[in-house]
Parts: sequence; structure tokens; C-alpha cells
Amino acid sequence: MTRALTAHGWTIGLAALLALLLIATKLIQPDFGATGLDSLARAALPFALATVGMAIVVIAGGIDLSIAAMMAVASVTGAVLMDGATETQSIAAVIAVLALGLAMGAVNGALIVLTRVPDIVVTLAMLFVWQGVALLILNAPGGGAALWLRSIAASGMPGVPWLPRGVVFLAVVTAIIWLPIRRARLGLRLYAIGSDAMAAFRSGIPVGQTRIIAYAICGLFAALGGLSVTMATGIGEPIPGPYLLASVAAVVLGGVVLGGGRGGVLGPILAVFILRTVRLDLTLLSVDPNTAAIIEGSIMVGVVMFGAVIATRAHQP
Amino acid sequence: MTHIFTANPLLPLGLLLAALIGVLAILNPGVLSLFWASNTLKIAIPLAMLAACQTLTMLTGGIDLSVGTVATITAYLTATLAPLIGVPTAIAIALVAAIAVGLLNGFGIAICRVHPLIMTLGTALIATGCLLVYQRYVIATGVLIPEFLIWLGTGRSFGLPNSLALFIPFAAIVIWAQRRTGFGRLLYAIGANESAARLSGVRVWQVHFALYTLSSLIAGLMGLLYLGQLKTASLSLALPLDLPSVAAAVIGGTSIFGGRGGYGGTIIGALILTVLTTMLTLLQMPEGMRRILFGLIILAVTALFVRLTDRN
Repeated sequence: MTRALTAHGWTIGLAALLALLLIATKLIQPDFGATGLDSLARAALPFALATVGMAIVVIAGGIDLSIAAMMAVASVTGAVLMDGATETQSIAAVIAVLALGLAMGAVNGALIVLTRVPDIVVTLAMLFVWQGVALLILNAPGGGAALWLRSIAASGMPGVPWLPRGVVFLAVVTAIIWLPIRRARLGLRLYAIGSDAMAAFRSGIPVGQTRIIAYAICGLFAALGGLSVTMATGIGEPIPGPYLLASVAAVVLGGVVLGGGRGGVLGPILAVFILRTVRLDLTLLSVDPNTAAIIEGSIMVGVVMFGAVIATRAHQP
Repeated sequence: MTHIFTANPLLPLGLLLAALIGVLAILNPGVLSLFWASNTLKIAIPLAMLAACQTLTMLTGGIDLSVGTVATITAYLTATLAPLIGVPTAIAIALVAAIAVGLLNGFGIAICRVHPLIMTLGTALIATGCLLVYQRYVIATGVLIPEFLIWLGTGRSFGLPNSLALFIPFAAIVIWAQRRTGFGRLLYAIGANESAARLSGVRVWQVHFALYTLSSLIAGLMGLLYLGQLKTASLSLALPLDLPSVAAAVIGGTSIFGGRGGYGGTIIGALILTVLTTMLTLLQMPEGMRRILFGLIILAVTALFVRLTDRN
């Protein structure tokens, strides 16, 4: 019991914080209920998907600065392919976008491995490239989205109105993609190369290959995130949203250590919802949005400083 | 061949810059002139100043992503406060604001040991929020851009931009400081091996604290120069230069892991980026294609540079 508490202390703390925030929301606005939760989940969905992708790459010891730009590419590709398409065609389009996401991520990873240039520099350069690709595909917001796709995250689950479909969608997608990987040898390899690439190499792990796979998974989640943007708005958006900063912040708040090897994806997801709920509460309290940005930033910096101090303490015997 | 490049990392960069200018001359004969050169310098100087922040922080293995925000805040405060309280006081307050952001960065990175990437992104977020709140109270007061900043930013003397008057001493001091002073050597020492530096008695936190404060001060100075150059007080003035400043330092051969590189390379890196942008603009292709080429060329140059100068 104590061991589980220390191992998952940070995640449990985040869950408690989220629960407190939701209670606070209910106190601020007594009629906050299913609809409120639903819109919260829908707003959080692209952030959460981007954060999961970022968390996986950071666990593997990298960082992907091009994530928001890849989301833009996925969003516009999906919107262009689905514009005026039939139901079957739109399913094919979604599959094509997911494959495109995997491919974009794999390109990022392969360039990092082949050029031996640091991750942060390669993905910085690729940020411009994917931005350009998104602009070439669609110069201004446009395109369309299939109806079934738009209804995925709309409203609550049938029978359980307080459980937003957005949360279920997020949980299902993350579970389908991440859990099998986490349980398999590949999961161990991802943590190994993040924790010490040289030791992993000497233990016979194909470091380059594993790194490419980590980036490919990140690209897949970026594609899902891009689709969820199209899902929410019904159009493709070629200008990248604020997902890069938000996902890095949520990953760190969620207990994944920059540099790799530690953390999971649940903590970062909780962190996304915490940040979104804080924003919602500030809006409900009718705080000026700019002041809200200051408060959000201060909370982020404060929590990260607190976490860093604790981590340093824990290292010293 | 490789040996020469390892010994003089600036040589391949200089050759690349010359090659780019050559391509530009072939693409558009007659473009090269003193006027063109002075224009290129004028555009490259603010970028090179911001890239100084990245070079110095990257030498210790850090990064400062708040520089664009700091520059913007300094410029905006100066322009909006000047009509109220006079130019000197306005500039002083603006620089104090810049230093305050730097102190906050320094506190988080040096004392709480937060990763520089996260800390500087976070302070940039807070600072942007403060700027937006401030902006709502000053709409009525109007904007005054100090005359001498316009002279510095846009004027020319003897065919050369006046901003060189600020930049040459600045670059000389930075290069001198990183090569000849104890502080500069501590930056390399911490970047090469932080534990070794700590065990040798270096107070690493003091160096980090001073470094991030200095970085914000440099960004603030750049903001003043940029205000004079663009002659508008906007809320996103220097933000588009944030990522290119990292690119300039990286192209210039400063290692993002610390311990290697220098400001000389960064200056050439900033010039390369500026010439590249001119070239891509001249090619008259769609905006998307231009960004793709920009990204790919940054990547190619860095990869090539890593190959040429890698000592292993």
C-alpha cells in the first residue's frame, strides 16, 4: 500500500487536485452538470491527445516541438479528404490521416536517428516543414467533416449522461494504442532508451529503431489530436493551435521527467484536465481572460518549481 | 579536409554564407549592392542579438524561450510609457521589467532546479498575460517612439546601418566575455560537465542566476532596438523571432547540450538565416513551400555542421 502510494504519489495527488477543482466548479456554479462536463471534455480533447503523444516521446528521452504543426497537417488533410465524401470514403479518409500521422512521426524520428542532430533541433526544423505542408494543403480554414466523426465527442454517453463521450473516446483510444505497447517489450524499451540510451544500447536494444517508433506513436496521437480539432469545429485549421506549449506543460505537470525514463500517460492527462478546469473556473468567476492567463501561468510555474524542489530533495539521501 | 573544419568551425559557416550569397547573385543578378548588404545587416542584427541569449544559455546546456516575450514587453512599455513620464524613465522601467523576468527565470532554474525549457516557457506565459492586462489600461495614452531609437533602428551613416553602433560593441563584449572572462569559462565548464564543475567548487546556481538575468537584459536591449526598427508598438513585436533565434545559434555551431560553440558562429548563423529568407522571398513561391524549404535547410545545415566538426 505504502509502496503504491509512493510510486504513484504524484498521479494520486493530481487526481485529488482535479476532484477538488471539480467540486469547486460545482460550488461556483451550482447548476454545473452533464453539459458543463461535456463541453470541458470537448475543449480538453485535442490538448489531451497532444499531451499523450508528447508524453510518450518525452518518456523515450526526446521532445517533439513539431507536434502542433503535425496536428495542423492532420486536421487539414482530414477536412480536405472528407469534404463532400460519403460515409465509407470518410472512414477511409480517417484511416489515411492516421497513417499520415504515423508517417510524419516516423520521418521526424528517422531524421533524428540518421542526422544525429539533437531531437529539439530536428523537430524545431520540422515544425517549419509541417507548417508549410499544412499551408500547401489548405491555405485558409476550410473543408468539412463527416457527420459520424462530429458526433463522436458530442454529448454524454447514452445511459450515463454525466460521463462525457470525449472522455470515453480519449480513454478508449489511449488504452487501445498505449496499453498493449506499455505491456509489451516495446514499452520497456521506450523507458530504457529514455532512462539511459547507452546502457540500453549495450543491453542489446535497437536504440535507433525504438526512437523512430516512439516518434511514430507521437505522430499518431498528433493525427488523432488534429482530427479532434476538425471534429470539434467541422473544418480544417492550417495554423497550428497553442498545443505545443500546453502539451509540454501538461507532460511536466503530469510527472514525466524531461530527459526521459520516468512517468506515465495518466498523470499528463489528469494535468490537462486540471489546467482546463482551472481555466473554466476562472471564466465562471468572470475573471478577465488576460488575468486568467497570468493565474494559469503562475500555477503552472509554481507546481513545476514545487515538483522540482521535491525531486531534488528525494535525490539527496 | 575534415581536420581543417574541426580546427576552425567558423570556416564552413563562412563558406556556406558566401555560397548562399553567390546563389542569390545568380538568381537575381544586380541585387548585390552596398544598399542590399546594409539592409541585410539591419535585419540580421536584432536576430543576432536575440540569438546571443540562446548562445550563452545553450553553452550551459540550457535555453531561453522567453526572450521574444521579454523584448516585446520592453518595447511596448517604452513606447507607451514615454509620452507619460518621459523617455529615460520609460526605458529604465522597461529594462527593470525585463530584468524582473530574468530574475524569475534565474530563481526557478538556479534555485528550484526546474528545466530551463519549462521555466522560460512558463515565465513567458505569465509575462504575456501581464502585458495584456497592462495594455488595457494604456490604450488612451498614445504611443511615442523615442527619436534616437528610430535613428538607431532605421538610420544609415556612410551607407551602413546605425544599429551597428550598438551591435559592434555588444558583439565584442559578448565574445570577449565568453572567451576571456571567468564567467565565460564557467559557462563552458557547466555545459561540459555540471557535476565536475560543481565538485571543482563552482557555485553553479550563482552562474545560472546571473546568466538568465543577463539573457533577459540582452533581450530587453534588443526590444528597444527592434522598436526603433519596426516603429510600431505591437503586442507580438519580437515573438516571431523566438524560434529563429534558436535556429541561428544552432546553425552557428553552438551545441544545444552545452559546452561547445560561441557567439562568432551565431552571428554568421543569423546572417545565413537572413540571406536565406531573402532568397526564399525572391523565389516567389507559395508561403507553405517557403516554410518547408526554410525548415529543411536549417536541418541540412545543422546535420552537415555536426558531421564536419564532430570530433569523434
